[in-house]
Amino acid sequence: MSDQNRLGVFKTYKLYVGGKFPRSESGRVYEVTDSKGQWLANAPQSSRKDARDAVVAARKAFGGWSGATAYNRGQVLYRVAEMLEGRKDQFVREVAASEGLSKSKAAAVVDAAIDRWVWYAGWTDKIGQISGGANPVAGPFFNLSTPEPTGVVAVLAPRKSSLLGLVSVIAPVIATGNTAVVVASADAPLPALSLGEVLATSDVPGGVVNILSGVTAELAAPLAAHQDVNAIDLTGADPALAKELEIAAADNLKRVLRPGPVDADWAASPGTHRLTAFLETKTVWHPTGALGAAGSSY
Amino acid sequence: MASAFEYAPAPESRSVVDIAPSYGLFIDGEFTEAAEGKVFKTVSPSSEEVLSEVARAGAADVDRAVKAARKAFEKWSALPGSERAKYLFRIARIIQERSRELAVLETLDNGKPIKETRDADLPLVAAHFFYYAGWADKLDHAGYGANPRPLGVAGQVIPWNFPLLMLAWKIAPALATGNTVVLKPAETTPLSALFFADICRQAGLPKGVVNILTGYGDAGEALVSHPDVDKVAFTGSTAVGKAIARSVAGTDKKVTLELGGKGANIVFDDAPIDQAVEGIVTGIFFNQGQVCCAGSRLLVQESVQDEVLDALKRRLSTLRLGDPLDKNTDIGAINSSEQLARITSLVETGEAEGAERWSAPCELPSSGYWFAPTLFTNVTQAHTVARDEIFGPVLSVLSFRTPDEAVAKANNSQYGLSAGIWTEKGSRILAVANKLRAGVVWANTFNKFDPTSPFGGYKESGYGREGGRHGLEAYLDV
Repeated sequence: MSDQNRLGVFKTYKLYVGGKFPRSESGRVYEVTDSKGQWLANAPQSSRKDARDAVVAARKAFGGWSGATAYNRGQVLYRVAEMLEGRKDQFVREVAASEGLSKSKAAAVVDAAIDRWVWYAGWTDKIGQISGGANPVAGPFFNLSTPEPTGVVAVLAPRKSSLLGLVSVIAPVIATGNTAVVVASADAPLPALSLGEVLATSDVPGGVVNILSGVTAELAAPLAAHQDVNAIDLTGADPALAKELEIAAADNLKRVLRPGPVDADWAASPGTHRLTAFLETKTVWHPTGALGAAGSSY
Repeated sequence: MASAFEYAPAPESRSVVDIAPSYGLFIDGEFTEAAEGKVFKTVSPSSEEVLSEVARAGAADVDRAVKAARKAFEKWSALPGSERAKYLFRIARIIQERSRELAVLETLDNGKPIKETRDADLPLVAAHFFYYAGWADKLDHAGYGANPRPLGVAGQVIPWNFPLLMLAWKIAPALATGNTVVLKPAETTPLSALFFADICRQAGLPKGVVNILTGYGDAGEALVSHPDVDKVAFTGSTAVGKAIARSVAGTDKKVTLELGGKGANIVFDDAPIDQAVEGIVTGIFFNQGQVCCAGSRLLVQESVQDEVLDALKRRLSTLRLGDPLDKNTDIGAINSSEQLARITSLVETGEAEGAERWSAPCELPSSGYWFAPTLFTNVTQAHTVARDEIFGPVLSVLSFRTPDEAVAKANNSQYGLSAGIWTEKGSRILAVANKLRAGVVWANTFNKFDPTSPFGGYKESGYGREGGRHGLEAYLDV
């Protein structure tokens, strides 16, 4: 029986690193407010050390996740959609508060975010066929090109679209077998931190997605310079920061996805660009040998 | 090892190529002097003979060439793909017609054996143009959406190890997709690009579509940092590649980089040893080891190490080093005195760090730049010769016991361009190939190339692919 005077239970929002929910090692938090300036929560303000820990977790998870079958990764991504569907009400509240949307608009955003997981779940075992294949070389060789994940990808989530934009940048990265260190929108990190709870209950192995909240520039700088990060998605960086990070990323030739427009329409059909941005092409050759010239006519 | 029979000299004739005493820059369809009037000499590395004097481009020339390419872009990109295709088919055919001339020219300017320019470089150059010619009117079907658009002006900087082949890898896909280009060949090998300019004239290619700027690194830097260049394609050292990646930060320029390597060539105990030895030789001594995808680290399973090394040394002792124009020559000249100094210095470092050096017993000619085929044993993963790209005929030999150890050692590198696997066991090939972090894996073969086959690196070997359908993406706005 509900009691109108019952005091609600707040949630302490935490990071999601290596499958666990730590606070920032720095002990810092910052105030997160809604679009009208009302206090929503104290989110962890992650440090450089948190970023480095997240890279270690992501690297550790890479072998298993990239080695899983594409079918298995598809099932796991679909499971994320299922879990998100079940917690829709919570995300509608958080998105509405974070982005200043009406309940119905926020519900549409959450629906689209769930559908985005489904879209990418279906891609895991198809991207290899559309981006790889046999090459008809002029010689007696079997020659096959196959896409492989780049490795550990740092992802700066969109600044405004706190859930749909977030899912739209995480899902394509992990669909192909990469692991991710995600820096959530600084102003609207709560849907991201809650998404960590969804991922933790969706069969996504710990470390495949790591989510940090805090000051974007403070976290992005060590990630862009990190020698064990293979690629960086600069979506959430403003032009000045993006340039600075791209320069730092050149030090170990990270693959860089430059930011698109700030007001990108995340509801639009995503295409395959974000999948292919973090893939490497491996081409394997082997002699075919030759049978008798006559061969078989049948 | 004394040979029973000596070979008589079998030189390819130089008369097939006519090198002018001087060349200008090729801008907007005309050969012109550099704005500052500077020139430099190009020498034949096998004899140090001066072959010609070519114009040295500066920033003003870069600007003029980019403007010419920009002006030509509008019409070139608006041509029906089928018309662009026919220009490229013409170029491919003219290259085939003139291939002996170009092979001799390339051998003179680069120092590599005529056997290689004649049988590898030139056939691949023609094939590359032929392949991408066919794409020009089929881009709608390439998997990048309907009507994919070209980027604009491509600034391309290529190295000296495969001068004309690298030109083909850069120019053929750029033109097929509707871009125009400004290309800078390396300062030690400018001639074949200038002959290619003449081929463009013979083919009737519209003015400004291809511009060739001979010059040094300063011209390359001016080109890639020119604000009106939309696409940068670079093949060369990882250090320069990183500088380019920094310089394009904050711009809209699309970049592809094909950089250094330290390829692992893994020989398992069940490999066909004789074939593996041939593959090891091809892997590191093809083009004097001046190949970014060279198999410069031999990883050999401990149980067959002695057998492989004995056979390898025996084979290396039979390689013929000398006049690159001689049809029997296996090992030609090192491309430049600077490169020879780099190789020599790294080999000295290898000895100083305690690796054991063995060089093939062969006589080096008295003039020109030469280095005998060399291998290092007692090499650990920490040694400089196991980590740094030497870009010369120097092989570092390491051993392993298990497939897992082989994979771990192979991947222990900042680079990830190529790798080789030698074993008769199919499942082992597939398992190991799957674990190697390298863009090209050759199993029971090595250093094979084809225009249909994507080529490019993982990690610090660069990004983007050249060749095949994949190679189109680098020049399309997708």
